Amino acid sequence: MAKHETPLLDQLESGPWPSFVSDLKQEAEFRAKNEDNIEYQIPQDVVEDLLGVLELSFKHGRTHWKHGGIVGVFGYGGGVIGRYCDQPEKFPGVAHFHTMRVSQPAGKFYTTKYLREICDLWARRGSGITNMHGSTGDIIFLGTTTPQLEEIFWELTHNLNQDLGGSGSNLRTPSDCIGQARCEFACYDTQAICHDLTVEYQDELHRPAFPYKFKFKFDGCPNCCVASIARADLSFIGTWRDEIPIDQEAVQAYIGGEIPPNAGAHSGRDWGPFDIQKEVIDNCPTDCMWMEDNKLMIDNKECNRCMHCINVMPRALRIGNDRGCTILAGAKAPILDGAQMGSLIVPFIKVEEPYDEIKETVIEPIWDWWMEEGKNRERLGELMKRQGFKKLLEVTGFKPDPRMVSEPRTNPYIFWNEDEVEGGFKRDINEFRKHHQR
Amino acid sequence: MAFVSSGYNLDKPMENRITDIGPRKYDEFYPPVIAKNKGKWKYHEILEPGVLVHVAESGDEIFTVRAGGCRLMSVTHIREICEIADKYCGGHLRFTTRNNIEFMTDSKDAAMALKKDLESRKFPGGSYKFPVGGTGAGITNIVHTQGWIHCHTPATDASGPVKATMDVLFDEFKDHRLPAHLRVSLACCLNMCGAVHCSDIAILGYHRKPPLLDHEYLDKMCEIPLAIAACPTAAIKPSKVEIDGQKVNSVAVKEERCMFCGNCYTMCPSMPLADTEGDGIVIMAGGKVSNRISEPKFSKVVVAFIPNEAPRWPQTTATIKKMVDAYSKDANKYERLGEWAERIGWERVFEKCELEFTHHLIDDFRDPAYFTWRQTTQFKF
Repeated sequence: MAKHETPLLDQLESGPWPSFVSDLKQEAEFRAKNEDNIEYQIPQDVVEDLLGVLELSFKHGRTHWKHGGIVGVFGYGGGVIGRYCDQPEKFPGVAHFHTMRVSQPAGKFYTTKYLREICDLWARRGSGITNMHGSTGDIIFLGTTTPQLEEIFWELTHNLNQDLGGSGSNLRTPSDCIGQARCEFACYDTQAICHDLTVEYQDELHRPAFPYKFKFKFDGCPNCCVASIARADLSFIGTWRDEIPIDQEAVQAYIGGEIPPNAGAHSGRDWGPFDIQKEVIDNCPTDCMWMEDNKLMIDNKECNRCMHCINVMPRALRIGNDRGCTILAGAKAPILDGAQMGSLIVPFIKVEEPYDEIKETVIEPIWDWWMEEGKNRERLGELMKRQGFKKLLEVTGFKPDPRMVSEPRTNPYIFWNEDEVEGGFKRDINEFRKHHQR
Repeated sequence: MAFVSSGYNLDKPMENRITDIGPRKYDEFYPPVIAKNKGKWKYHEILEPGVLVHVAESGDEIFTVRAGGCRLMSVTHIREICEIADKYCGGHLRFTTRNNIEFMTDSKDAAMALKKDLESRKFPGGSYKFPVGGTGAGITNIVHTQGWIHCHTPATDASGPVKATMDVLFDEFKDHRLPAHLRVSLACCLNMCGAVHCSDIAILGYHRKPPLLDHEYLDKMCEIPLAIAACPTAAIKPSKVEIDGQKVNSVAVKEERCMFCGNCYTMCPSMPLADTEGDGIVIMAGGKVSNRISEPKFSKVVVAFIPNEAPRWPQTTATIKKMVDAYSKDANKYERLGEWAERIGWERVFEKCELEFTHHLIDDFRDPAYFTWRQTTQFKF
């Protein structure tokens, strides 16, 4: 017998998509039975109360969680988000229900051994409810009490060799795409740099010293599977600057219908026979492809590496061999002054261990500027807008490049520096008046 | 419920403390075939919805079966995932950015047996535990935020509307029949923990009533200057209010200036916005993050408000279904929803999707607004 009636939530148990309600109920039942005699360190009926408070929100159309309180583990300013229920008498099991962010491994590969250890810890000391994974990428432990925070942190670090992730005005846990681990499009090892920077910048990740949150995300190619260009303060997007190697035999195999286009992504509908002219050449945004003597030709100098032709014919076309990444800065969601896409600041940089050039010429100068000039809760993109792109060039020393803009400015309101103008700004009004009467 | 110590000593928190060790190193968790062929993959193919093969230069193959996952997941469910991965995948698995679970095997036969096994597992309520799909020109899992399950600022739930929407879009999760892939995302408030602002279809929770003012507690719980500074439209000013004959410091809100972003509530718990009738869903469309063919795009608001209709949000899901169907019928192969909209014109999109165009959809927020008004005689009747 369930502790709380949940008639509204029960309606989400039917239908084909996995029901989180059914899953919560199975966890509630698992805890109630406790066949493994687990010494639960938070209320055994925590999931029952979670279902109860969620049902109440479904009834009211409003959340029943309060603002977070200041809780955390000693010495860290992030990784734990305090959460309290605003109906603690009705739902005592979730009266304290703090989140812990656990820093996920790059690429989100796991062994079952590790996941079971995580599950055992979280079933014992928390609600047993997780997010796999949170939006930023962390493993999320959803709901525990204040006294358990240090105990969980101790077990994570001592027994699982595992640290917490970022929250608050910190570096947030960096995340990446699957990259070279299993993708032929990846132009650099996203996991290697994601892990390296996460470890290098542990202090920035755990101890709030920034004006606001800061995110790194690593996409192996311009397809942008982790959406870095839309949501990372610094997005690293793989690219190349030489030719796209072409396997002309494979091109013919696509034309002849022997290989399905786009790796079979369109198999559910009859789109007619593959038409390379219509599907690839005419869709090229730079018109840099054509057929000549039955061979596919590419004017690589004009290619902007949009990935379309490679996506359509992955067995015929490959990413180039002179690989690196493009870095864009300042993406963010709408809070406060509207959403921003990342803006290009480094057209091309090699991505090679130990990544000193990226750290010393890109990340750290930008952080220094933002920490000095950024207002409370101002994201990098907003600072860029407020102080201008020129300032970003000044602090990084990057040379201005037409690749940094989609078009030059449409107004002449240039903030000339005094040292750029012959003779400077100091002039003598009396000298001027000798030739120009009042 | 006896307290069991982990070894942590409350009186000496620094004793034997381990900090700043970061995440586990990724390559500890690679399946052997991944470790061997990393960086040397030649090509991939989607054999059927939800089943991929990647072929390495060495000739090695890895077969991936992708199953939809709820990001809200119990340890019991994770243990079941582990049991499956032990049986078919040598104890390895991974999760995707969009909360799917990927099981990897080294033979096609094993992948097919795995797929069959995954699809045979159901919850008592009838839903699949591990539906296979989410690849190619279809709809994969909806990335989302916390909603009413765990957040203090949401204007809608997350897991609920996602479940309801995925039930309605389930056939597209299982198929490859759309013109291109279509990404649906949900954020339960404007803070957008997920990148819904660049999605083909975005479901966004939004408030429509200005904050309530808990005058009696406001000055005790909040830094008034921070609350005032938090407002992007300068709608908040300091005020003095009389409560039980006592003058207390508080704030006043110029209601016509409020655009309901909730940033004040983030800074000040005494200014809650949540409201049963006021809160609901905004639908946005036409965004993308990929650089393929056209540049990445922001999503545009196409429906200003749909009420929260727990538990199944029928108007929201019906609107999304209508948009997906119109796009599916009309777009060219490879064309994303936003590219389709730009080709045919947004006036046509509203017509084809049977959406009403209202004044709410014309931008009036700062400079970018002007650039969205039409400055040409080129339009369609």
